[in-house]
Amino acid sequence: MIAQSVDALAAMVPDGALLALPPDNSLPSVALAKALIRHGARNLRLLGVPVSGFATDLLIGAGCVAEVQTSAVSLGEAGFAPRFTAALKEGRITVRDATCPAIHTMLQAAEKGVPFMPLRGIIGSDILAHRPDWRVIDNPFAPPGTDPIVLLPALSPDFALFHAVLADRDGNVWLGRRRECATIAHAAKRTLVTVERLHEGNLLEDERLAPGTISATYIDAVAIAERGAHPVALLDEYGFDADSVAAYARAARTQEGFDLWLDEHVFGRRRETAA
Amino acid sequence: MIQPEERLAAALARLILDPTAPPARHIAVGAASPIPAAACWLVRKQGHDVRLSLLHKRSGNPFTEGTRELFDLTGQGRIDLFFLGGGQIDGQANLNLVGTGQWPGGGASGGVRFPGSFGSAYMYFMTPRTILFREEHSPRVLVPQVDNVSAPGVSPPGVFRRGTAQALVTGKAIFRFDPARARFALESAHPGEDAASIRAATGFNYDEPASLPATPDPSDAELALLRGPVCEEMLETYPDFCARVFGRKAAA
Repeated sequence: MIAQSVDALAAMVPDGALLALPPDNSLPSVALAKALIRHGARNLRLLGVPVSGFATDLLIGAGCVAEVQTSAVSLGEAGFAPRFTAALKEGRITVRDATCPAIHTMLQAAEKGVPFMPLRGIIGSDILAHRPDWRVIDNPFAPPGTDPIVLLPALSPDFALFHAVLADRDGNVWLGRRRECATIAHAAKRTLVTVERLHEGNLLEDERLAPGTISATYIDAVAIAERGAHPVALLDEYGFDADSVAAYARAARTQEGFDLWLDEHVFGRRRETAA
Repeated sequence: MIQPEERLAAALARLILDPTAPPARHIAVGAASPIPAAACWLVRKQGHDVRLSLLHKRSGNPFTEGTRELFDLTGQGRIDLFFLGGGQIDGQANLNLVGTGQWPGGGASGGVRFPGSFGSAYMYFMTPRTILFREEHSPRVLVPQVDNVSAPGVSPPGVFRRGTAQALVTGKAIFRFDPARARFALESAHPGEDAASIRAATGFNYDEPASLPATPDPSDAELALLRGPVCEEMLETYPDFCARVFGRKAAA
């Protein structure tokens, strides 16, 4: 289970799959996003849990993505996500806007195996007006006609992809308090994880590590990818590389600049003529 | 020399402590919000008992159940105050964080795509009060009517809602919001601005007092706290802000 390479994980993802990705502050696998680009993935549908960042912009720029469902797409301090913005303008991707707790709630419904869950708020937002799959019902536990509430359908992604710190030989992975990754692992049909390093011993046998561990029950394949979240941060392992993200944001203002960036950082081909 | 950011932080702190508003026992501050974060720390360092959950603090993240915990807490009514902004804000306090032009903004037919709604379509309903904060005060941001409503300023009777905007703070002025009338009233203008300059920079209609007060400067005590202990708390998360506003560099 551990012996997989990152590129082998990417090869497990069929074109058109719905992929749940955590955002930049919550352990995305940038290594796996790059491997999907090398693999030539197409027509992927991305789900930002609950928002989208660097890895999403990379996949969009590389032409791997048909649709994004998210609550926001941003590079944080480095500004708007340039390839997302360009693809939207050119009509190359569809965006289905949600709002953060709605994405969590749809995944939690899948986690529980129930068909839908209610959520407060949202009524009167144009997000609801553009989501024919979301319904407003009359709260059946309140006097009739007094309490409209939104119902959200369960959402089970084809794959959850994220980057954790540790994996053991039993296939358990540890990522500490970022439990939204556990939610997507529970809700997704399959879960592919990259990790920094192997942990000797079983993570679930350690009372201090077990609460931050996701059981192998939910994990389909793991590969080691050192610095696999870079340039975004990984807990207290390494910080957000603001200079690298800013350099990416500058390069990705144009498709040509983005393509040069891909050559260097994804395909490992430094063009000698590049400025 | 008082920095504009220091004045804004002190003004936000006074709004947080407004005795006529619902109490602020637990405040959450979202991403990329150094001035609201400074205001919250100022309130704390003044000795008020307030819990702060700073969502993008790298160490000491307050949540152990992932990012959904913020929304679960807010759903229960445990978050008293949140800050929101928007690419467009209109005179009824509707917020647009999605984009201008045809939904979802920024498409082939024109308009600008903003990052997205984040949690606004939920948080705006579920916190007892929201302080709207947007430094840019211009007719393109403060519009008569938002192109798309990410989060509505008020809701019809019967729709569950704990609160609305308390105020709108910009780089030029402070407005109060009256949810019963769904209308802003200008409360004060920052130095260098007057009633006419605010009117010219604001796309929506609002009420205005006969005599417009100036937004007060921070007191010496507030400035000392901002430049000392507040800055200390913020160095890790907002190093660029601390260097620019307080002239402080983080230790290497």
